[in-house]
Amino acid sequence: MVSSTGKSLKAFFIEIGGMTAFMMRFFRYFLLPPYEFAEIRKHMEELGVKTLPIVSVTGFLIGFVLALQSHPILARFGAESVLPAMVALSVIRELGPVLTALIFAGRVSSGIGAELGSMRVTEQIDAMEVSAIDPFKFLVVTRIIACTMILPLLTMYVNFIALIGSYVSILLLQAMSLQLYTGEIIQAIGFVDLLPAVAKTFFFGFIVGLVGSFKGFNAEKGTEGVGKASTSSVVVSSLLILIMDSVLVKISLIIWPI
Amino acid sequence: MANLIIDIQNVSKSFGDFTVLDGVSVKVHEGENLVVFGKSGTGKSVLLKCLVGLLEPDQGNIEVYGQSVLKMKKKEMDAYRKNLGFLFQSAALYDSMTVRENLEFPLRKNFKFSEEEIRAKAERALQMVDLSHAIDKMPSELSGGMRKRVGLARSIITEPKIMLYDEPTTGLDPITTKEISKLIRNLQQELKMTSIIVTHDMICAQIIADRAIVLHKGKVVIEGSLNELISSNNPFLINFFSPDIIEETNGEIDGF
Repeated sequence: MVSSTGKSLKAFFIEIGGMTAFMMRFFRYFLLPPYEFAEIRKHMEELGVKTLPIVSVTGFLIGFVLALQSHPILARFGAESVLPAMVALSVIRELGPVLTALIFAGRVSSGIGAELGSMRVTEQIDAMEVSAIDPFKFLVVTRIIACTMILPLLTMYVNFIALIGSYVSILLLQAMSLQLYTGEIIQAIGFVDLLPAVAKTFFFGFIVGLVGSFKGFNAEKGTEGVGKASTSSVVVSSLLILIMDSVLVKISLIIWPI
Repeated sequence: MANLIIDIQNVSKSFGDFTVLDGVSVKVHEGENLVVFGKSGTGKSVLLKCLVGLLEPDQGNIEVYGQSVLKMKKKEMDAYRKNLGFLFQSAALYDSMTVRENLEFPLRKNFKFSEEEIRAKAERALQMVDLSHAIDKMPSELSGGMRKRVGLARSIITEPKIMLYDEPTTGLDPITTKEISKLIRNLQQELKMTSIIVTHDMICAQIIADRAIVLHKGKVVIEGSLNELISSNNPFLINFFSPDIIEETNGEIDGF
């Protein structure tokens, strides 16, 4: 029991060390030419197209359900009028960024893990290296940058869709003009709600790209290695997103107190 | 004698407690086709990977054109690798690219050819392996033999001086094996390459080999022409080159 815990702890620290070294390698490489702009744009398009349907549905449902759930609670205090503002603040400050990031992790991190993992086990990464093309630069740096850039855009899109969902939900409960709804939201949301929330999604995107690439790039031989890379990418990146979220929220509250 | 191109000196490599290469020394001269025989797991592929810098030997030295591969800096290693072709056992075609993109990829990344030159080179390389019709296919649409041919075309597209083949005919039927082997022989003569071919396929070796070595338990146990190896009285070599004897001896023969 003790020895197996010791082994797990050792493996955990080896993993952390490996990932840190991988991250440092990214920072060393990403400023150096050649800049693979075409590859980054290709990945951004792919990632956007891949995740757009699922985040659209999720975004709409988050807004819809949140308004549905909050309405009776607010009604108990006679505060139904703050419903649009409350939903908007919840979505923009927390639910939008975190849920989009978690879905993104599930869809993209596993995909990157599997893709790079299968390239590793079928010697495609070795083939690239032997052709004097740096696989880290071409495969890893481009994917991490693409993830970091695309997630903030997706999050803003999800926020927008969630607010539509919430409006539809409110319309089912009571009559409210779109003008009033948007007015309430615009009045409630300030710079301090929007900026830190969007800023943190850059970190989440970075985590997704980093973990997926790390797991895939270092996949063990065989198809089992690919499966492992894919699954553990999702688990680790989701966990890291939640940890990073707690840290960043705390920091942003210190910098911009409400 | 032709110039010495590849000089592998006393190379050893272990993975954990398992010694794969144990003091291997091999010399390959200009324009020569050296075949490396050995049972599975005797370190043939590891030797090739050490040669291209994918793996680092624990001991020994590897010199190519008189320059130590182990001491090369990144730029020198890149320059060395640009002059080198490597056909992987699985062909290692890039799944996400078409055959044309696979072929053009090293040219676009490493050389400054015009768009027309790149396209012409890709088409010519495919012509050489008789696969012009497959230029717009994805690797997943190709058969095993076709993949090997495309892998071969991609390896020679940069007209390398040194070519390394890791089991070029494994998993192919005898007819395709002959075709690929003849193709390798013709390409080698046309492009005047120096080659190392790792295989345990006799059909392939008979067509390609100028000289052969046998790796066994991490060591080079015999070196010579293919005929010398085949006519050897050593029990291991008799066993290796005449598979029908295995049944009579339960494969336990070991002459070294």
